[in-house]
Formats: sequence, C-alpha cells, structure tokens
Amino acid sequence: MSTIRVLVGTRKGAFILTADGGRRNWSVTGPHFAGWEIYHLKSSPADPDRIYASQTSSWFGQVIQRSNDGGRTWEQPGSELSRQDASPDDEANPPMPQGESNKFAYDTSEKTGRPLTTHQWYDGTQHPWEFTRVWHLEPSLTDPDVAYAGVEDAALFRTTDGGESWHELAALRNHNTGDGWMPGAGGMCLHTILLDPKDSNRIFVAISAAGSFRTEDGGETWKPINRGLNSEFLPDPTAEIGHCVHRLAMHPSNPDTLFMQKHWDVMRSDDAGDNWHEVSDNLPSDFGFPIEVHAHEPETIYVVPLKSDSERYPPEGKLRVYRSRSGGNEWQALTDGLPQKDCYVNVLRVRWLPIRSIPAASISARQADRCTYRRMVETAGRRSCAICRAYCPLRCRRCRDPRRTPLPSANARRRRR
Amino acid sequence: MIRVELPYHLQTLAGVGAEVTLTVDGVVTLGSVLDALEAHYPMLRGTIRDHDTGRRRPLVRFFACQEDVTHDPPETPLPEAIASGAEPLLIVGAIAGG
Repeated sequence: MSTIRVLVGTRKGAFILTADGGRRNWSVTGPHFAGWEIYHLKSSPADPDRIYASQTSSWFGQVIQRSNDGGRTWEQPGSELSRQDASPDDEANPPMPQGESNKFAYDTSEKTGRPLTTHQWYDGTQHPWEFTRVWHLEPSLTDPDVAYAGVEDAALFRTTDGGESWHELAALRNHNTGDGWMPGAGGMCLHTILLDPKDSNRIFVAISAAGSFRTEDGGETWKPINRGLNSEFLPDPTAEIGHCVHRLAMHPSNPDTLFMQKHWDVMRSDDAGDNWHEVSDNLPSDFGFPIEVHAHEPETIYVVPLKSDSERYPPEGKLRVYRSRSGGNEWQALTDGLPQKDCYVNVLRVRWLPIRSIPAASISARQADRCTYRRMVETAGRRSCAICRAYCPLRCRRCRDPRRTPLPSANARRRRR
Repeated sequence: MIRVELPYHLQTLAGVGAEVTLTVDGVVTLGSVLDALEAHYPMLRGTIRDHDTGRRRPLVRFFACQEDVTHDPPETPLPEAIASGAEPLLIVGAIAGG
C-alpha cells in the first residue's frame, strides 16, 4: 500500500505527517529543528526519501538540512567532508558539517557571475542585493542531488552535490529590469520555482514583487513573462515587471499552461507565460496566495481566497478552498472539514503536490508572515483537497470526494475593490 | 581555555550544551574567539557572522564580564577574566520582537 507523507514547515519547526493510502490514521513526528523557522521542505521526485529543508532564523541566518530517510534523521549536507581525519565511528571525534551548505553567496565572479547591483527599496531608493533566507527549494525531477533554491533578495541558486554547496545562476539577478524589482511585505523573495518536465532547460520562477520569469536555456538568459497582468498599485499597471505574483502552478502533463495567483487576480496562460488572462470569475475575492493543480486533472485548480490585501483572512470568516474544474472560472467552494465561522486565518504560499505512483511522497508548506502557521492542502488520488485547520496539524480531516461538493449559487460572485 | 556560552538555537545546531570551551592561540580577542569557535564547530559558520562578508549578524550580541562588547572592534583584547577562563564570553540573541 502506498504511503502518504506530508511535510509541514512552521515558525516553530517542522512536522512530518504520515498515513497509509487510506489516509484514515495519521502519525505525526516533530517538531524537527524546534524553535527554528522552516520556510520550506520538499522531497525529491526522484527519491522521495531525500528531503531538503530550509531552516532559517532572523537571528542566526540560513541552514540547509537534508534527510535521506524520509525525515527520520537529518543532517547538514557536507558533514562527510568536514575533516580529513573524520571517521563516523570515532565518537570522540565525529565528523562535523562544514557550514558550506548554508552559504548562499551571490556570484560576482568574472567567469560565471554578475556584478552586485541594486534593486528598488521600500522608499524608492536603490538598495544592494542582500541574502536573507531561502524561501523555496525545488529538487530536480530526475536527480536527487540536484536542487534549486529561491532566495531573498531574489536570486536562484542550484546545488549539484546534494546541497553541500550552492551556486547562483546569476543571470536572473542581473536581468536588465533588476533595478526596478521591489520587495513585497515579506521581502523581495523568489518564492516559486517550476521545472518543466519536458524540457530540463526551461524553468519558471516568480518573485515578489517583480513578477514571473522564464528561462529556456537553463538559466543563462531570462525573459519576463507578465504580459496581461494588471496591477493597479503600479504607476503603469501593465508594466513589464513589478507585479506581485504570489504563486505559479503547472500540471506536469501540460507545462505550457500556467496558473497564477497574483496579489489580486487569478490568471491563466496557455503559452508558457507569454500571455495571461484572468480567470477569477465568481470567486468571492481573487486576492490570495496559494494556487495548485489537481494531481490527475490538468484543468482542475484550487485557490484559497482571502478577503483583501488589507484584511487577510477568509471572506466572512469561512475558510473555503475554491475549485475550478475548467481551468479557471466557474469556481465552486469546498468546505467539508473546514471551519465555517469565526475563522480569521491566512493560507500562504503552500504547495499542494501530487501523490501518484510513488511509494511515498511529500507535500510541503512554507510560512511567510507572522500571522499564521501553515496549513496544508493536498490533491491526490481519487480524493481531493482537505485543509488542516490552523495551528494544529492533528486536526486534519480526511479528504472528501470533490464531486460531492455542490456548486455555489449563481450570485455568489462578490468581487473585490 | 576560553569559555563561550551559546544561545539555545546555536546549541541545538552544534549539538552541544550551553557552554563550550576553546583553545585560542595568541591574543584573546572577540575575533580570535569567534574564529576558534567556527573552526571547532564549523556548522556555526554563517550563524554569528555573515558567511560572505564576515560581519556580525545584526541580532547577535556579545557580552564579556557584564559589558556589552558587541560594537568593539574584533581585534580588541577581551578582559583578562575571559582570557583566563574565569568568566565566559556570552553570545546572545538580541531581544527583538518581544
């Protein structure tokens, strides 16, 4: 029987929830890395027991953790290389991590790097790039030792040695629009990385608040892909960059179709991001953070609307996942198992990952602000979409069949603004 | 032998207790103690001083003999009580945010 593994990052540490394929009985381990913020955990599609974790602290910086056994044990990558005389059997003189795995230095070298430039700061002045933390870890689809890291201030790094060292793909940071990128409320973070399963050289990233970018050559060059976005907070609402994209999603069977939860607006592109159009339709609000595609249905997508950017909690205090089965528009609310009164929480950029034929898989979640813990949503198998209530993963409800949920009334649309 | 007290988060990261002891060659300064600490516990590299620049992380502070030495130049000799091991050097996570 298959195993379901849910990886949960919180401001208090990491938790791992495990169940069999029936998802009736869950076991929870954690907190791992107690007292540290876990911005992201994600397992390798090529080896689900290989998990990367971004452990971070405003006080003590960035730590990369790695597990090779599904989260039972963890290490800072690189410990094997710590000392020439290190021996794992020498209890008095054990090998130690070297800390190189935690080093994210912008590449300014002549050979592969780019000059350290500036971006726009909150007050409109220019500010030099400064590394703060890793927001997103995206393991390679084929090689457990290869992974990408999206960091704040926005840049893309890659490891090819299982996380022991990280190297920046500097062309993105050095894009000629970089001086116009600006931080959002959570900082200027690269929070989304999508790898094209059909073309290993094609990568999509999203940055708050710069927008979405695509490379076709493995990171050598990048193209802004924001045509069709309309952000009223910008002096030019349809500018090439500056959009506060909150999340991108893609179904692996159709990598030319992308879905986006923008600051406001749920968007869709059918040409790999070259052009976007809005698919918010009857959502009660199209402000939100997460968006994801069903594991087996490329045209079934999910969002979790928040009332507004000023009141970041579910409309009417009812926590609802909205699903569209037509690739956008015609949204219906999913509420079973979710609090429908007095619920003033915020679902941030969680990642809902498909769980298909692999024996164990993971769902990762990441925290991004001070107001909430993580909730997880998963879309897997024949069952779909349950959100854990805030603050306690033990309150998870078992998934319900998505087809049981009735459509909302035709007048349910209540838009923002 | 130099005594150094670590904040809880760094204790868990290094897998040690609240206090570690170090041998420091030459003049005992804040910089030389941190160098020795990072050499002995390399997993702490980047947690007290920035990996890239070597600058103190903004919310980390240092105390010696009830004195805040955070902003002293790193080459400043630490008090004799620290150098002799009579008192520990305290590495503290600043109280920030409540």
